[in-house]
Amino acid sequence: MNFDFSDDQKQQLRDQARKFLGEKCPPKAVRVVLDGKSPYDKELWKGLAEMGFLGVAIPEEFGGAGAGHLELCVIAEEMGRANAPVPFSSTVYLAAEALLIAGSEAQKTKWLPAIASGEAIGTLALFEGTGNPSPKNIKLTASNGLLNGVKKPVPDGAIADFAILAARTGSSGRDSDISLFLVDLKAGGVEAKSLTNLDPTRGQAELTFKNCKAEPLGAAGEGWSILTQVLDRAAVLMAFEQVGGADRALEMGRDYALDRIAFGRPIGSFQAIKHMLADMYVSATLARSNSYYGAWALSTNAAELPEAAAAARISATQAFQHCAKNNIQVHGGMGFTWEFDCHMYYRRANVLALGLGSLSYWEDQLIDRMRKKNAA
Amino acid sequence: MNFDDTPQEAAFRATARAWIAANAPKQHEDELRKSSLGRTQLKNANILDVAKAWQKKKADAGWACLHWPKDYGGRGASPIERVIWQQEEGVFGKLSAMFIIGHGMCGPTMMAFAREEHKRKYLPPLASGEKVWCQLFSEPAGGSDVAGLRTRAEKDGDDWVINGQKIWTSGAHYSDYGILLTRTDPNVPKHKGLTMFFLDMKSRGVEVRPIKQANGNSDFNEVYFTNVRIPDHQRLGEVNDGWNVSLTTLMNERMSIGAGVATGFPELFDYCSSLMLDGGPAIEDRSVRSKLANYAVKASGLKYTSMRAISALSRGERPGPENSIGKLVAGSMIQEVAMYALDLQGAAGVVSGPEDAEVAGRFQAMLLRAPGTRVEGGTDEIMRNIIAERVLGLPGDIRVDKDVPFNKIPTKGR
Repeated sequence: MNFDFSDDQKQQLRDQARKFLGEKCPPKAVRVVLDGKSPYDKELWKGLAEMGFLGVAIPEEFGGAGAGHLELCVIAEEMGRANAPVPFSSTVYLAAEALLIAGSEAQKTKWLPAIASGEAIGTLALFEGTGNPSPKNIKLTASNGLLNGVKKPVPDGAIADFAILAARTGSSGRDSDISLFLVDLKAGGVEAKSLTNLDPTRGQAELTFKNCKAEPLGAAGEGWSILTQVLDRAAVLMAFEQVGGADRALEMGRDYALDRIAFGRPIGSFQAIKHMLADMYVSATLARSNSYYGAWALSTNAAELPEAAAAARISATQAFQHCAKNNIQVHGGMGFTWEFDCHMYYRRANVLALGLGSLSYWEDQLIDRMRKKNAA
Repeated sequence: MNFDDTPQEAAFRATARAWIAANAPKQHEDELRKSSLGRTQLKNANILDVAKAWQKKKADAGWACLHWPKDYGGRGASPIERVIWQQEEGVFGKLSAMFIIGHGMCGPTMMAFAREEHKRKYLPPLASGEKVWCQLFSEPAGGSDVAGLRTRAEKDGDDWVINGQKIWTSGAHYSDYGILLTRTDPNVPKHKGLTMFFLDMKSRGVEVRPIKQANGNSDFNEVYFTNVRIPDHQRLGEVNDGWNVSLTTLMNERMSIGAGVATGFPELFDYCSSLMLDGGPAIEDRSVRSKLANYAVKASGLKYTSMRAISALSRGERPGPENSIGKLVAGSMIQEVAMYALDLQGAAGVVSGPEDAEVAGRFQAMLLRAPGTRVEGGTDEIMRNIIAERVLGLPGDIRVDKDVPFNKIPTKGR
């Protein structure tokens, strides 16, 4: 038994990623995207590809590094820590994972090397307005290989080269009504509209499909079951991004509490502030531990993955939101200014909290899965 | 990262499992399973006798105090083997509650500071449960300010003469020995005039008075010392270096991780799985599921945090202050869980007897015991200070008595 990322190799990878992101993705680079001057940081994206980070969990035969998911967790945490303004989660956790789980040989050969090299941005178009992931909430139809309907919000939908999406292919009222499709967004038939959103460093779009050509991804009627697997895997990876963000928010709060003097003392010497920071540490630590368990389950494809993924997702969502909001509180009025970086993490925390379905969805999943395990 | 057993670990697990299956006091299994914080009692047996018998059986077969050296009654096992043992021992581990202070704190302090002949004499019967130990630190005026203690030790020939009072001493009423922190010099600042000893609790002049707690149990005591004589060879560490010795004790308290702190979650999940609420199973209710999920991730977060700490121990790292989060999180969680379980019962939740209440009154017992958990071994506030100061590096609280001789520190407020 060993419950830690203790290998030298992973420590090395973490140091390498942190150093790279520290240089290429300082807060002022994030602000270029935040201020709307660019939809994402193209230089950074290219750099990430050159470092091999985009394809770290993609097998070598498809142009990746073939390192594995533990390594991807390490990178994800650093991406969250740096608040990187790139379509990493949509491309790497969602699109690439969906291809790895259900893609045909031809689909994998076409898209995975393009992801690893930074040439293709992918996304998963799941939502159609208000509501959580559920077959019932999918109205977009597919017949004769043609899609009709609207997906929104789609993460990075305006800059993506391809999208994987769930469509209704039956009317039995069962999960098997849903199938997955892959759409080349640059081939025409899709109208993409950028949406203003809580965190401009991670764009959101509305995609309208009108008799749009699409190729199936995975077997017909298997869409929901594949999608559930994709979401579980993405939940673990996203949890690491959230843990990285939570840690950084805690660190910012701690540093400010040491520097800022009020009433003749550093504010970090007041118990009210100390205890708030201690509670941030507690939530970040619980989230990290749950995420480590998720990482183990993901990397070994353990039967525990569905339960572990839901626990990591809930815990990391809570921790990032908790740390991001209290980091602003520690900063007082300065924390509420545009000039300080606190709000960038606050935005990101709240966008990541919703991107794979809300907390209530994952709470439901967790309890269902725990019951199933207890019944077994 | 690997949650599976290595072949050696699997072999160790199989041996432990077989031995437990053949030897554990199974007649008490069901009752132990249903017991929870505040209610570990057996209906038809004295739990102290049952616990001592189980501990002795373990010791004779080499399963007591696994991580201690063999010479002192342990097994010399690795931290991971200790975890495996605890996982396999399961509900029978609840019987060890009365040995926690002795095994987790007194024993390691003796190992670090006692003379070799004392270690060989006192540690094996401590490991085997034949002798029970307690820890005499807290005082009525002390509370979280442990170093503010007033019990005096004065040198008289080869002995020390002790006068004063301790309080909140768990298990003193059935303890054979104790480690005792005293003041030996009141003319220096408070941390600098303390000295540690161990003593026979049956010594002349020691009087133990159980305290009736808010939940009606009496697990803690007041202990009075009137001219109690302790020979100098029972001193632990140097004269006036008792604060450092006590830090070793407290550090080892953190080492007692892995035992798993009670959160009340498994009990709540079981309860919600069987409870019918307004005609349907409670666990299908949206708000119940949300509550359960939130408690579930705290409980699993604590579990894997302690696993990570054990991995760090396996690598030879020392247990750090980050391990304070277990008690901090579990303490208030068990209180909330108990309140929530009673809320689900509606007005029936007020009934508390094991015969009359829902699920044998386990949540009512938990509710009334929980406030103690948030105080014993350091309050929630002290735990947060420890995390803030020693993990996050924030400034210490301002201590106006830091450099003042102990006998010049004010003793009354307003």
